[in-house]
Amino acid sequence: MSLITSTAPHIRSRLNTQKIMLNVIISLLPCALAGIFYFGYRAAIVMAVAMVSAVAAEFIWQKLAKKPVKVNDCSAAVTGLLLALCITPTAPWWMVMIGSVFAIIIVKQLFGGIGDNFLNPALAARAVLLASWPARMTAHIAVTTFPGVDVVASATPLAGGEASMLQLLFGQVPGAIGETCKIAILIGFVYLLITKTITFEVPVVTMLSAFVLSWALGMNPVTTVLSGGLLFGAVYMATDYTTSPMNRWPRVIYAAGIGCMTVLIRKFGAYPEGVTYAILLMNILTPLLDRMLPNRVYGHSRKKEAK
Amino acid sequence: MQEGNRISNLKKVFTNGILNENPTFRLVLGTCPTLAVTTSAINGLGMGLAATFVLLCSNIVISMLRKFIPDKVRIPAFIVIIATFVTVVQLLLQAYIPSLYDSLGLFIPLIVVNCIILARAEAFASKNPVVASGVDGLGMGLGFTLALTLIGAIRELIGSGTIFNMQVMGAGYEPMLIIVMASGGFLSYGLLLGIINALTNRKQQQKEAE
Repeated sequence: MSLITSTAPHIRSRLNTQKIMLNVIISLLPCALAGIFYFGYRAAIVMAVAMVSAVAAEFIWQKLAKKPVKVNDCSAAVTGLLLALCITPTAPWWMVMIGSVFAIIIVKQLFGGIGDNFLNPALAARAVLLASWPARMTAHIAVTTFPGVDVVASATPLAGGEASMLQLLFGQVPGAIGETCKIAILIGFVYLLITKTITFEVPVVTMLSAFVLSWALGMNPVTTVLSGGLLFGAVYMATDYTTSPMNRWPRVIYAAGIGCMTVLIRKFGAYPEGVTYAILLMNILTPLLDRMLPNRVYGHSRKKEAK
Repeated sequence: MQEGNRISNLKKVFTNGILNENPTFRLVLGTCPTLAVTTSAINGLGMGLAATFVLLCSNIVISMLRKFIPDKVRIPAFIVIIATFVTVVQLLLQAYIPSLYDSLGLFIPLIVVNCIILARAEAFASKNPVVASGVDGLGMGLGFTLALTLIGAIRELIGSGTIFNMQVMGAGYEPMLIIVMASGGFLSYGLLLGIINALTNRKQQQKEAE
């Protein structure tokens, strides 16, 4: 008889990576549908290209590096979808493909694969695309409710375009595919909370800190919170397991950092939008935050510690 | 017989700098100029050749003076010798290749603190005869030049679509700007280092298997 010994904890959970990733994909469906509704077939093509090339890149890399092929855990598909949702619907296919391959191979696999990347792969890829093809990445189009109708280029509300509060809320503004419709993002957020895929701290504190700081700086706090990719980033990008802190208080600091940095970049920086850089910056600080504040030891009761 | 041995030794010293101990890819020395000036192939080549000239001259002079320089002040003495040749290079470039002088800018005077040059002075020239030191300087310098030109060519190709200012990519090619920015320098240098490490590891494993 062979005995298997492994280290504690021995509790088994039915939750695995695949289920978590599937939950994320389900929660992204409202955003994806809203994107297709507003931007037409182009949005669907961008999403398809991003997901297929992300999964293909992961598969080919794991085959070539002779590692176990773990495409089934759906994490590459999530990365591809997240990338597609945070870039503009006019993005050409080759650019989307380069973004996906960069996210999977350079940001994720070269640093050790799932769970070991120090940056959010989709966001890092977005930053690379933005630095490489700035004109392409900011070629936003006005929304259309009729797929196939020719669309005109226009500026996002952040870059000087006009939009009413309701338009911002329902996403009738130019922007990235998934970030415009706040209602769809909120539906996804609620789903993630119900399925306990994420906790509420990071998105809520991010939004609150952005609201308060923009108010203090004399900007319109409601517009700040509702415009651009702040809500999308707070719900889907900042909550990435690998690149956000593990415990509550580090998480709160992390989230507050994202909200404040975003507002500061929008107000004083050269770019109209700063969510990407704010989240990437706090990603890098995550290990530091985790180490700086005392850890809650697993299985150790809090009250005893207080005495 | 002894003559033949000496020549094969010198050959080894020469190729050592280009392959086994390539300053950029194997020793990872002089990364500051490597990252900063390799935005185009011509900049990489110019920087490499300037550093090669300084390395060759400083190695020869330091080797000639190695018995006269007191051990305690050897580093300041090396720096003075190196700085002399850097000044020569700087004035020559300014007089004859002003365009390269402009694009390399601050990084020419910074050759003084290039760690490859000081490292070779300390590790080789101060312990070896003149001819061997000269050959070592030449080998290391050419290894540095090759590496910088390679990185420069790759970054120029991806980031501007050209190599040595000649259009290589088709007219429809949209250059990936980040590669010629500072962050692209880190990205491409890191990836090349990784690829070269992987290749050398494979070679070593094959050798061990035999």
